[in-house]
Amino acid sequence: MFVPGTRQRLTGWGRTAPSVATVVRPASRDEASAALDTIGARGVTARGLGRAYGDAAQNGGGTVLDCTALDAIGAVDAERGTVVAGGGASLDAIGRAIAAHGWVLPVVPGTRIVTVGGAIAADVHGKGHHRDGSFGAHVEAITLVLPDGETREVTRASDRALFDATTGGMGLTGVIAAATLRLERASGTVRVTTTRTRDLDATMLALVEADARHRYSVAWIDLVGGRGRGIVGAADRIDLDAPSARGEAGRRALRLAVPAVVPVNLVRHASVRAFNELWLRRPIRAEALQSFDAFNAPLDALGAWPRLYGPRGLLQYQCALPIGADAALRTIVEAIADGAPAVPAFAVLKRLGAAGDGPLSFPIEGWTLAVDFPAGAPVLGAFLDTLDERVAAAGGRVYLAKDARMRAEMVPLMYPRIDEWRETQARVDPRGVLTSDLDRRLGLTRGATRGPR
Amino acid sequence: MTDATGRARTVLVLGGGSEIGLAITRALVERGARGVVLAARRPEALDAPAEALRSAGANVEVIPFDAEQIDAQESVIIDAFDRARARTGDVDIAIVAFGRLDERDVLQETPAEAGHIAALNYAGAVASALAIAQQMVAQGHGTLIVLSSVAGQHARPSMAPYAGAKAGLDAFTDALRDALRGTGVRVMTVRPGWVYSRMTVGQRSMPFAVMPERVAADVLSGLDGGATVVWTPRIVRYVALALRWLPRWATRLGFRVTSMRRPRNR
Repeated sequence: MFVPGTRQRLTGWGRTAPSVATVVRPASRDEASAALDTIGARGVTARGLGRAYGDAAQNGGGTVLDCTALDAIGAVDAERGTVVAGGGASLDAIGRAIAAHGWVLPVVPGTRIVTVGGAIAADVHGKGHHRDGSFGAHVEAITLVLPDGETREVTRASDRALFDATTGGMGLTGVIAAATLRLERASGTVRVTTTRTRDLDATMLALVEADARHRYSVAWIDLVGGRGRGIVGAADRIDLDAPSARGEAGRRALRLAVPAVVPVNLVRHASVRAFNELWLRRPIRAEALQSFDAFNAPLDALGAWPRLYGPRGLLQYQCALPIGADAALRTIVEAIADGAPAVPAFAVLKRLGAAGDGPLSFPIEGWTLAVDFPAGAPVLGAFLDTLDERVAAAGGRVYLAKDARMRAEMVPLMYPRIDEWRETQARVDPRGVLTSDLDRRLGLTRGATRGPR
Repeated sequence: MTDATGRARTVLVLGGGSEIGLAITRALVERGARGVVLAARRPEALDAPAEALRSAGANVEVIPFDAEQIDAQESVIIDAFDRARARTGDVDIAIVAFGRLDERDVLQETPAEAGHIAALNYAGAVASALAIAQQMVAQGHGTLIVLSSVAGQHARPSMAPYAGAKAGLDAFTDALRDALRGTGVRVMTVRPGWVYSRMTVGQRSMPFAVMPERVAADVLSGLDGGATVVWTPRIVRYVALALRWLPRWATRLGFRVTSMRRPRNR
């Protein structure tokens, strides 16, 4: 079976660091397996909806499997509370399919427009990580198409090492064709409590308190007009009839769209400063009912918002710092607020709960900070390198799904279980077929010393 | 790959002895490049610059390369890409920097020598640029920097074969850039004015003469700004433009004025 491909220029969601690859869109598992048979020297990587900010789902000169046609969503197994979904099915589509029956996905990241494959490969987390853990914790089985073309259903019982290496494995252990996801019976409505904080300490305290009482929590912080003041939102699902999908769409009457081409970066110091001031001063209702999606993924309503950053795109720096590294977090926040060579346009702080089992899974118990910068300022690279070093020294790590710039030598410092992961990866991919621009840059599969392919 | 902050990781220089090529490489290493392959006719002459790049933090390899051996170029360049990959990764930026300038009245030049200068600066550079372009197409990304010259826009009798070759190379580069659309490979033409370097030592400097470091700085800002052609210093663009619209007799007069009291070459 020959599956034709087209040469395409690909970037991540941040629209930086493009490369050209042959994109193949298999319509079935068999086609995916056939496509893996004809891979050239530059290897293959799987791609979903392209929401990873960096270069994780691109593979210059090689093959990229666009998995979005593997989007079947099975019927909910009401007894076991599970659903089988294709690796290319979006969490948005799944959410809509199961909502009518009163089910929700227990973990949804800050956007619903990601695929099951991407969510597992990046082991994404949501605003409830301190209670719910990451996406992988709610996956029961993963159907992997391995580089030799074999399709295998992997569970914790059948192959624990491979299952764990796949959650957070950045797609480098096989193509995720489908997964069995555990669901939860809950409403799609949350009660949201919102508080304003005057500085970083107050924000951190508010988050700690929120986590003790609420399932979801997140802080938006201002690093332009302040050094960590912000707005802390906390929420819990409430027992109400879930608003129907139609009702929700109806309420989202004011739908803003970003134009297809934004010729210059609109995210500048002055515009961000003005926005942040207004956003901080906006009238806040201490308590309100909201749909979970509107609370959880407000940017989804804006569509292709990274275009606002102009042709050079944006870079999101997301790091995690372990418990006890509060001092390091303060230093990093202050370093960004005082001296970042690009405007820290959008910053989010959150606490993470206990780490999951994936050796390359990002979340560790402690704090996570995500900051969006306009990309393209060359000095930003050197600045972020110094942050990397602080993060690594404090026992933290940078999120691979967001990265498009880190140096390879940081990987073993930030992900000390990388050798364990490599062992499993090499077992399923002895010929080294699975790779990506991210892998080549960071030497994930081969190690920095042996040199990227 | 050149990362989200515009930093290249691995650089290949053809004509590793070129001061402009080295100045650009030094600037890229200062910005974070970690792998450098210098290809040069006499590798042994590159000990000092290679050491300087190493102490700036780069992994440097020097390989022999003779741009006049046109039939051998492709294999040397493929080998250079492989070596780069084995150490720090795909070649993100390749610089075609070699060139030879023999400044003397063209009528005093031996025809054979003039032909060699033309062959090296044009045919040699064409083969190099194409071999690099093909390797970069195969990896799906990369930036090719071709060092042309303002001389190619405006030929002086004292450097006729050189200027003619650069004019040809400049045209070839334009066409190559168009051919590479959609491949992920970017091509930048650099047109320096008069640069203080070994190539021009002993000559009377022209107006707007600059140091190689200035060329490097302009090339880096061109890389950041997405430029396809970099004139350096910027003013030579307007000088060249003005000269193009002047009648040839007026530019001849200009040549005579700027050539006066030039020390004898060689």
